[in-house]
Amino acid sequence: MGNYFHSVELNADMCCGCTNCLKRCPTEAIRVHGGKARILPERCIDCGECIRICPHHAKRAHSTPMEETKKYKYTVAIPAPALFGQFNGLDNIDFVLTGLKKIGFDAVFEVSRAAELVSEATRKLIKENKLQKPIISSACPAVVRLIKIRFPELCHNVMPLLAPIEVAAKIARKEAIDQTGLSPEEIGVFFITPCPAKVTEIHSPNYAEKSEVDGAIAISKIYPELAHAMDHLEEVEPIAQSGLLGIGWATSGGEAAAMLGDKYLAADGIENVINVLEELEDERIRDVEFIELNACSGGCVGGVLTVENAYVAQARIHKLRKYLPVSLNHIGNRNIDEMMWSEQLTFDADIFRLDEDINKAFEMMTKMEEILEGLPKLDCGSCGAPTCRAMAEDIVRGKAKETDCIHKLKAKIQNVYDQLKNTI
Amino acid sequence: MSNAIHLHYDVSGEDFTRAGEASGAVKKTLKKLGYNSDAIRRVAIAMYEAEINMVIHADGGFVDIDIYPDRVEVLLSDHGPGIPDVEKAMQEGFSTAPDNVRTLGFGAGMGLPNIKKYTDDMRIETTIGVGTNLYLTVIVNQ
Repeated sequence: MGNYFHSVELNADMCCGCTNCLKRCPTEAIRVHGGKARILPERCIDCGECIRICPHHAKRAHSTPMEETKKYKYTVAIPAPALFGQFNGLDNIDFVLTGLKKIGFDAVFEVSRAAELVSEATRKLIKENKLQKPIISSACPAVVRLIKIRFPELCHNVMPLLAPIEVAAKIARKEAIDQTGLSPEEIGVFFITPCPAKVTEIHSPNYAEKSEVDGAIAISKIYPELAHAMDHLEEVEPIAQSGLLGIGWATSGGEAAAMLGDKYLAADGIENVINVLEELEDERIRDVEFIELNACSGGCVGGVLTVENAYVAQARIHKLRKYLPVSLNHIGNRNIDEMMWSEQLTFDADIFRLDEDINKAFEMMTKMEEILEGLPKLDCGSCGAPTCRAMAEDIVRGKAKETDCIHKLKAKIQNVYDQLKNTI
Repeated sequence: MSNAIHLHYDVSGEDFTRAGEASGAVKKTLKKLGYNSDAIRRVAIAMYEAEINMVIHADGGFVDIDIYPDRVEVLLSDHGPGIPDVEKAMQEGFSTAPDNVRTLGFGAGMGLPNIKKYTDDMRIETTIGVGTNLYLTVIVNQ
């Protein structure tokens, strides 16, 4: 846990200490102290909401620079299907794939191809009754991380299948080895990412020791160069091998639709995701077999590292899918076990509980309720914590003091002033 | 051993969409205390069912929760019509819920049976025309 990598980071020079990100963070992972925001690493799920909301652009996502590709003898780009929604008037994704080769990659393998394999594997495992129902998709790493730190009872419902990017990277590397005769280390596999959570995932996977992906390049970084290259293509190579099911993963509901059944639910936007998880935990959602959750509104097309409005991109994805075959990738005699996680998701109990010792936690909670009674309950954020309740918790954890509350401080000063006035 | 942590919530009978707020808040508190997840789930489900009952049948009321390190005690109190036949109300599938809430998926007659299933002790005090007190206890095995 100590070395957990985060892709979302703060540029302190640009932070003015306002409360925008503080109020928006779904896991209350931000505090403002000394006029600068600070991210509590253990609570951050890298959803990118703070990047989206910050009016001063002080939050940014660390992603792999294009230069990194030069370290490898042979490079493969594995683009997220969300990339295909970024271009106006696109009717053939081969333009994008050929464009990626033109800007320097030796080969391209669409993640949507692997998505079709993951969908087929899921359908198979559901049919064989090998998964704990309701099954929660493991494709969005921000959601998986959220479950890991906040929803202990749901950890075993998370589908133990690799996300499409990992499956794509595995296949792409193998194909590259077969084609070039190079060793695995000489081949660089780069994900073209719509979001910071995927960047985090390849550095610190939720479920395994090491990711198959060597780097994640932001769509927004690569976009200008790629769009330019696409405008100047001499010929378009026939590379694409995705069906409509795989491309559909770019938007909310796409993965669920690929289950080809009707007992599914798809929620998007982090607050909605949290509501669904709460209800699931209380067993209030019934008759649903499969649950697709995306931290971003609209699904992956809504990622903070994309360039186009999520809903415009969504409409384009629907149009792109229109005349595609249903699915072009099939498991065949591939071993499903190679697509499974090596272990089940385990709960990280230490993040939110007050203390390991329940009696100690009890004392702290009692104290917290007392402190909260005395706070104004305006949830103004001026103290640097997102709510009065969070502030009370910070105080009992020894990370804040009551006078950090400006309303408390004001009352105190008024008191001193009144006393002085009476003595004069 | 420390004193109990006491929480109190009023349950509005007028706004159906707010049912479940109290159980949600209690769940948060229990998670912060580091209770085992099975106990939290049982408290949350039992309280939620009871809250819904209160809104559907009794026009709301209040919930008192006492949290101890080894158990959670809940009192749900209302001034509703009372339960004429408790034994019958305890039967799975028996329901007097009106049609308008049935269309929302409630009224399956699993409320009280579920509450009993998820708690370690359940006691009902009910007087026709006066109201109902429902006492629940969930034992926490750490």
